[in-house]
Amino acid sequence: MAKALVLGIGNVLWADEGFGVRCVEALAGTRSFSGDVTLLDGGTQGLYLLHFLEDADILVVFDAVDYGLEPGAMKVVEGDEVPRFLGAKKMSLHQTGFQDVIATAHLMGYCPDELLLVGCQPEELEDYGGGLRAVVADRIPEALDIACDWLAERGFPSVEGHTAAADLADASIRMDAYESGRPSEDAACRIGDERFLPRLEG
Amino acid sequence: MVVQTPNGFTLDNSGQRVVVDPVTRIEGHMRCEVNVDENNMITNAVSTGTMWRGLEVILKGRDPRDAWAFTERICGVCTGTHALTSVRAVEDALGITIPDNANSIRNIMQLNLQIHDHIVHFYHLHALDWVNPVNALRADPKATSELQQMVSPSHPLSSPGYFRDIQNRLKQFVESGQLGIFKNGYWDNPAYKLPPEADLMATTHYLEALDLQKDVAKIHTIFGGKNPHPNWLVGGVPCPINVHSTGAVGAINMTTLNHVSSIIDQCITFVKNVYLPDLVAIGGIYKDWLYGGGLSGQSVMAYGDIPEHANDFSAGQLHLPRGAIVNGNLNEVQDVDVRDPEQIQEFVDHSWYDYGQPGKGLHPWDGVTEPNYELGANAKGSRTNIEEIDEAAKYSWIKAPRWKGNAMEVGPLARYIIGYASGHEDIKTQVEGLLRTMDLPVSALFSTLGRTAARALEAEYCTRLQKHFFDKLVANIKAGDSSTANVAKWDPSTWPKEAQGVGMTEAPRGALGHWIKVKDGRIENYQCVVPTTWNGSPRDTAGNIGAFEAALMNTKVERPEEPVEILRTLHSFDPCLACSTHVMSPDGEELTTVKVR
Repeated sequence: MAKALVLGIGNVLWADEGFGVRCVEALAGTRSFSGDVTLLDGGTQGLYLLHFLEDADILVVFDAVDYGLEPGAMKVVEGDEVPRFLGAKKMSLHQTGFQDVIATAHLMGYCPDELLLVGCQPEELEDYGGGLRAVVADRIPEALDIACDWLAERGFPSVEGHTAAADLADASIRMDAYESGRPSEDAACRIGDERFLPRLEG
Repeated sequence: MVVQTPNGFTLDNSGQRVVVDPVTRIEGHMRCEVNVDENNMITNAVSTGTMWRGLEVILKGRDPRDAWAFTERICGVCTGTHALTSVRAVEDALGITIPDNANSIRNIMQLNLQIHDHIVHFYHLHALDWVNPVNALRADPKATSELQQMVSPSHPLSSPGYFRDIQNRLKQFVESGQLGIFKNGYWDNPAYKLPPEADLMATTHYLEALDLQKDVAKIHTIFGGKNPHPNWLVGGVPCPINVHSTGAVGAINMTTLNHVSSIIDQCITFVKNVYLPDLVAIGGIYKDWLYGGGLSGQSVMAYGDIPEHANDFSAGQLHLPRGAIVNGNLNEVQDVDVRDPEQIQEFVDHSWYDYGQPGKGLHPWDGVTEPNYELGANAKGSRTNIEEIDEAAKYSWIKAPRWKGNAMEVGPLARYIIGYASGHEDIKTQVEGLLRTMDLPVSALFSTLGRTAARALEAEYCTRLQKHFFDKLVANIKAGDSSTANVAKWDPSTWPKEAQGVGMTEAPRGALGHWIKVKDGRIENYQCVVPTTWNGSPRDTAGNIGAFEAALMNTKVERPEEPVEILRTLHSFDPCLACSTHVMSPDGEELTTVKVR
């Protein structure tokens, strides 16, 4: 039986970097799938995610990607384009980790047959300890719809409900708990070299 | 300008400046700048942490029982070791003891992480500094087969056909043009010295290690409920043991224990048949490259880890040794007391923080994380786009931790030097055996290759320890003890109004400590001093340079625009996973992008 892997990547402690992980959480909380679908919070584990790819026939990746678009703009890429887009400079914030995972899976001969990248342009990248900005958080439902439609076309339909997912973040750092306990804008430091604490113009 | 540092280095920043930026992008961003003289010898080194990482701010006011879940996200790779350190800190603060089974399971998980991380580091992050996979395409498979049988007669994967298949796979991969993992190397740099057959053998093991690492991590899934980001629990481990029935979902039973046992055996075999023989074979060809010693020959420190008995952290009961050596005096291994306010202190005179007065050092329990970002008068570029750091002023987001005023190196080499000097039987036997096999003196340990060798020896030792704790766990379960957690003090109403504690581990990268203060059931202060804080430390008030900085000194860089030598030494400390390095010219223009592996 075919297997689908839905992977959210990013670091939830770094503001909009958490987009991918929050998408997977939201998916688990709102949709129930038919078929063998695994929802996974991949964090920033890079190469250590390789064995999950081996087990999957098709793969959906949610990630914050920097395409230089308006904050909150969605970018959806499929198939062979995924590693190429991930491989381009500064397109995915985790490119160096995850593009290598895909390349390595190819080398090992077990890359999933079909790939979908659902990306969102971040507003704030490195507010350490911050949460998703509204403009990014607002796109989660749309991101889920894109993924669910794509999965349904490939034999993994879903309905409203819940998906049991053991591989999500611990309850204490799920979105609501994390957001309600995080420091104020003033307390979170956002100064430094623009290349490391980048902000978008305007 | 020429400066003499108190810890014995002569710094001269007059020559050409090479900027390597970033060095790593996951655990916290790093940048390094060096000056080279007319002979391309490094005469000055500056290591900068370029990212604010105010975990202290995030954790303030949270439930201490949840801190592990946050700290697990600090590092992109070794999630579990931060979580373990965190639960130990909370247990120490609240006086919570853990059952024997929890100690064995935590040790197995921590050792598993060491083994996993060391293997991935050697084959997937560091190997490409020494091994040239493109050159492997020129190898003769038959000669490679002969080499393999000579290097490791007991490794079964050694036929000419096997190497031919791998070579074809590599060829296809390279020809397909999407070889992400191997691109951007300096493959025609003369620093690469292996014959094509050794390159093919090592590249083949790169692939074998990929297969192994998938299985190795399953130990974390079994005991931690999931992986990545396994679950942890203050008071023990979250997995129940139930060997007699198929009852609770996720419980440890005979099937899962057998699975764990087979993974442990797989690790033992791989390290014995592949990792150690490769170290000797590859290291043998590079054994004249003895740069990169830095602080390792003078100041090293370890907190120790892997307690034989639950709740006993006394130095004699730890399998990974604790201690500190200063001034290169191997005859005296001093004890380290992480609670003593006079021993570990952090300084910020060259860090972008403010303590209110210069020259002040603070113990982590009293740690303050008040940002103060300002560039020195001689920095080039702007506040938001630094082209060149002014190391005479503040220049890093990393604080400068010191042990009794000394800059220290931490990590596998530090642990092994301390173990060797203190007569730790297993470690001494391993080190002497390796030096004899490679015909090298003890002084060869104090080098980039020594760091790489210590990691391999430690992986081997850890595979044996992992087996030891597995046997201990099974024996204890058979004796009727299935307890895995102590929840007597789970409820905050049982806690004192105020408490403070410290958790220590030896992470794969080195000594890791979390210091916590709890007040009214909530986190009042939380300070992490991570291995990279020690190794990547900037200068301190007295001008002592940190471990990265020291290790880069007096290294010859054949081609400054292809600083493979800098990468070798920085990578030997095992900075974080899969990172992209940009090499910039002195005017800040980006010249090259390389893979940091």
